[in-house]
Amino acid sequence: MSGLASASGAPNPWLTAAAWRGLFRDRPMIPLLGLLAVLVVISDLVRPGIVSPEWVSVILRAAVLLAILAGCQTLTMLTGGIDLSVGAVASMSGFVVASFAAGAGTPTGIVVALVAAALAGFVTGIGVGVFRVHPLIMTLGMSFVILGLANVWQLQSVVTSTGVPPAFRWLGSQAFADVVPFSLLVFLPVAGLILVGLKVTGYGRLLYAIGDNPVAARLSGARSWQVLVVLYVVSALLAAVAGFLYSGYTNVASVTLVDSAVLPSVAAAVIGGTSILGGRGGYGGTIVGTLILTVISSLLSSLGYPEAVRQILFGTIIVAVAAAYTRVTGEA
Amino acid sequence: MSALSGTVDTARARPADALAAWTRRNAWDLGLVGFLVGLLVFTKLIQPSYGVPGVQGLAISVLPLALAAVAQAIVVLSGGIDLSLGSMMALVNVVAATQMQGQSEEFGVAVVLGALLLGLALGAVNGSLIVLTRVPDIVVTLAMSFVWAGFALLVLPTPGGGSAKWLPELVTGSLGNEWIPKAAVVLIIVIALIWIPVRRSWLGLSLYAIGSNRLAAFRSGVSVGRTRILAYTLMGLFAALGGLSLTASTGIGIPVPGPYTLLSVAAVVLGGVSLAGGRGSVFGPILAVIILQLIRTDMTFLDVDTNLATVLQGLILIGLELIGSLVQIRASRA
Repeated sequence: MSGLASASGAPNPWLTAAAWRGLFRDRPMIPLLGLLAVLVVISDLVRPGIVSPEWVSVILRAAVLLAILAGCQTLTMLTGGIDLSVGAVASMSGFVVASFAAGAGTPTGIVVALVAAALAGFVTGIGVGVFRVHPLIMTLGMSFVILGLANVWQLQSVVTSTGVPPAFRWLGSQAFADVVPFSLLVFLPVAGLILVGLKVTGYGRLLYAIGDNPVAARLSGARSWQVLVVLYVVSALLAAVAGFLYSGYTNVASVTLVDSAVLPSVAAAVIGGTSILGGRGGYGGTIVGTLILTVISSLLSSLGYPEAVRQILFGTIIVAVAAAYTRVTGEA
Repeated sequence: MSALSGTVDTARARPADALAAWTRRNAWDLGLVGFLVGLLVFTKLIQPSYGVPGVQGLAISVLPLALAAVAQAIVVLSGGIDLSLGSMMALVNVVAATQMQGQSEEFGVAVVLGALLLGLALGAVNGSLIVLTRVPDIVVTLAMSFVWAGFALLVLPTPGGGSAKWLPELVTGSLGNEWIPKAAVVLIIVIALIWIPVRRSWLGLSLYAIGSNRLAAFRSGVSVGRTRILAYTLMGLFAALGGLSLTASTGIGIPVPGPYTLLSVAAVVLGGVSLAGGRGSVFGPILAVIILQLIRTDMTFLDVDTNLATVLQGLILIGLELIGSLVQIRASRA
């Protein structure tokens, strides 16, 4: 659109608007970071002095958890899919580790949880990639299966909230000098892997290719089923890691702990500029989207608004941002 | 179901062919009916005392989910999806419960009518946002699920409220024969009064048309945007009925959305409605809901862990979709 406007002459009154659109379309990070900055400023204006290193630390601790789950959504959405099983996988993983902590030990628990998550992701990937089941249905069905099996496991091994291993509590809820959260130790490598993986590796390019045009990707020799199987395994492993951190953050081991974070994780990816239709987006935007959502919810709770208002604003913002994206990218 | 006018004419000519064509068109529904009958026989075998109370309990517990499944089916048939259905039902549920509490029985009628109008409005908002912003329906309705759930919490922060006496009486007990639960009668009346006239009108035809091929529908003169909005509006009406049935069965309002959104999607898929739109009917999803509930009941009779019932539900969902995709892949290769 910007090309059209600039081609039709310099004194075009639409030029500035078109330039803005171009910026929004090609560098969505800039307006997103602007929005984040505005939100931080508003937070400080509303509650003077609230923006401090400690505040940043609190925001980061909450955002890291959501950002990992939003990473699962970003990766799957790039291929035109979605992963609604992240909540079940993450809760199951946190719970399994807690149930092993007292007996066989935390390392065993982590291995068992990761294997279980990878297995769930493998089944999902086979369903989506080989049998071409709609990802929405496949991950939804898998979340029923995982929740049910986790419940069965729960009856086998009775666990109380103290079952969360101390290492997880330290990782999830403590911070270096009370400022730098330890969960960054997990998050930074994960985020680095996703960012580099999407930008530099051939596998990342395959994800974009499959989401952008599955037929063209297939004709160019991409074996999309293999890509998708790996993708859903990776997504489930990420969800498992997020589950470990969640159980440490809340000090709760429950088979439904992370369920309420599924929809916000999709929302964070959407706000970050990843298209649910596939082929467009990236993890950088998702991280900023997660920070925006976390700052908004902290702002609203510091203003004393009830959870209800927070939810309503959440929803409104998602629609508004998604509508803005659709407008500037011209995607129907 | 015979709105496909081309086949209707030949149908009149040869009854045998008509029957065969009808069977082919409704093969999935008939299969579900067969499965349901088998399941009922199986239930009777494992639990000889299963009888009138069992059937009535089944009907009442199925009603909200059946209405949710119909609501979702209408949107899916038009090629969309609505993830805010459960939140809508919760909102209507709490609005009805707070307004009816401590009021006269007559006022309750007004509240019910108001709740239905509210449902129409909620659905229209969803549909209009999707059409006007051109944002994918999954994203819009996902976001609206937050909004409607938030409003539900604003209206009623904790479970409470009340209901007019006649509303629960409308769905509990039986009518005439003790084997005919009132809840089932209510469901049949609602479908007969709302869905069947719509299905037979231009709206029903355009709804299926935009679901099966939006471009072709547009080129044949169907107003795609308007039809999509109307599909969501109609869904809102059924969501409101579902919300009212929650008020009726619990007698109070609960501001937290139940599992109805995801279960309705599951029921729609099990009911033979293609997620791509344009294929299926609302009857399949209703049958699917009954079957799912009955499987749960059977598992309690068999003393199987109810959690395994959840597993089974997921496996059935995946399995049926797997078979469906395989058939489609085969068909596209042939």
